[in-house]
Amino acid sequence: MTRRAVITGYGAVTSLGLTAPDTIRAMAAGQPAIGPLDIQDVDRLNKPIGGQIRNFDASAHFTRSELVLYDRAVQLALVAAAEAMDHAGLKDGISDPSRAGVIMGTGGGGISAAEDNYREVFEAAKNRVHPFTVPRLMANAAASHISIRHRLQGPTFTVSTACASSNHAFAQALALIRAGVADVVLAGGSDAMLTFGILKAWEGLRVMSSDGCRPFCATRNGMVQGEGAAVFVLESEDHARNRGAQPLAELAGAAMTSDAADVVMPNQDGAARAIAGAIADAGMVPDDIDYVNAHGTATAANDRLECAALRQAMGPGADGIAVSSTKSMHGHCMGGTGAIEALAVMSTLCDGVIPPTAGRQEPDPDCDLDIVANTARQGNYNAALSNAFAFGGLNAVLAFRKL
Amino acid sequence: MTDLATLEKIRGIVAEQALLEPGDVADDATLDDLGIDSLGIVEIIYAIEEEFSISVPFNANEPDASDFDISSLPAISQAVDRLMAEQSAG
Repeated sequence: MTRRAVITGYGAVTSLGLTAPDTIRAMAAGQPAIGPLDIQDVDRLNKPIGGQIRNFDASAHFTRSELVLYDRAVQLALVAAAEAMDHAGLKDGISDPSRAGVIMGTGGGGISAAEDNYREVFEAAKNRVHPFTVPRLMANAAASHISIRHRLQGPTFTVSTACASSNHAFAQALALIRAGVADVVLAGGSDAMLTFGILKAWEGLRVMSSDGCRPFCATRNGMVQGEGAAVFVLESEDHARNRGAQPLAELAGAAMTSDAADVVMPNQDGAARAIAGAIADAGMVPDDIDYVNAHGTATAANDRLECAALRQAMGPGADGIAVSSTKSMHGHCMGGTGAIEALAVMSTLCDGVIPPTAGRQEPDPDCDLDIVANTARQGNYNAALSNAFAFGGLNAVLAFRKL
Repeated sequence: MTDLATLEKIRGIVAEQALLEPGDVADDATLDDLGIDSLGIVEIIYAIEEEFSISVPFNANEPDASDFDISSLPAISQAVDRLMAEQSAG
């Protein structure tokens, strides 16, 4: 009998809200948090908008000695993880720490720390930098600090698959729990890449919008960057029940594929194989799926291909699913985006509210699925998918089930 | 009309992307004819910006809506001349 993995808590810090419930409320309200960026050298950006987290007071959460060790991506991850542990009823720790791990996704790791370091040595021509630059910038910092803070002593590592990092992290956590390697895994993702050098790099690809993220909209003109973190507590069903925790939903399946084709252009077959694989891994059929949280980046390349991939994978069942992309509200949060978008799935399965694709002006006939646009939809939903298709051609799709 | 020096520089940039000799890139060849995909176009735009020290308004998501005509070499060249005039004036 396969061990099942259930979700018993989650936390988040996003541009939509400084907690998971606030984020979910804002998603359900369909109000984008994308606006003018407030960063160093913003006047030199051609596309100076993003989903930036406002009013996050790091000093309210961390001491001075902690702050010198934590890049912004780590700060967001730690606050999200603490909320998740509290939500799961694990504030006092886990009875057997050796059976608990952490798997975090990130695209950029401590990119602000790296960029600050480069400004010092290249721009300011300084010959010394802060002694903690290395532990600040390392990509595994968030996973390590979550482990340290909550005394989680089992398998702990970071996965980095660009835009799919969070979904790959969830897939790894599911595998560890099913295999009996761990009973509890904190899984999620964090990125804080709204830095001048990184945004210039994105501008270079010529895929950014200057006026907003409108996935599946006929007038869409590109993606918008965001930042944020979300962390979920995944547990074996037995572990959760034995300690009297209330499971919120099941992470029922996952599938990972590689396009093995182009390094930036998405591929319909690779995406479709991941969608079909996740449904099969969850022991479901396409007709079981009520909602798909789309990758939905609002680029010309992604959205049409994603709709075609859903049709390829789900056949006639594709007409019966509701689809939305919350990137329209929080932007593309890179390695954190899959975990943040899993909150939209929680809203759907736990609250019966599908957060919409905000800002849609007119339907795109090439995206002819049932796109939930501008206004949330209410109903009773039992199963959902969350798609992530990364640069590099790496895809990870998750399947969730209501309990 | 376009500046001939501009046109020849652009022919060189496009030829390099198409893995051809400049003499093999005709004025009326489209980027599509030359086998240049959307990423190749993005590299060409970058090379043009670097060569002429201008900023080119081009969004790969809606190439037709960008105020920069890439339909032929003379069209690109005229657009570059216009941007150089506008941006040196600015």
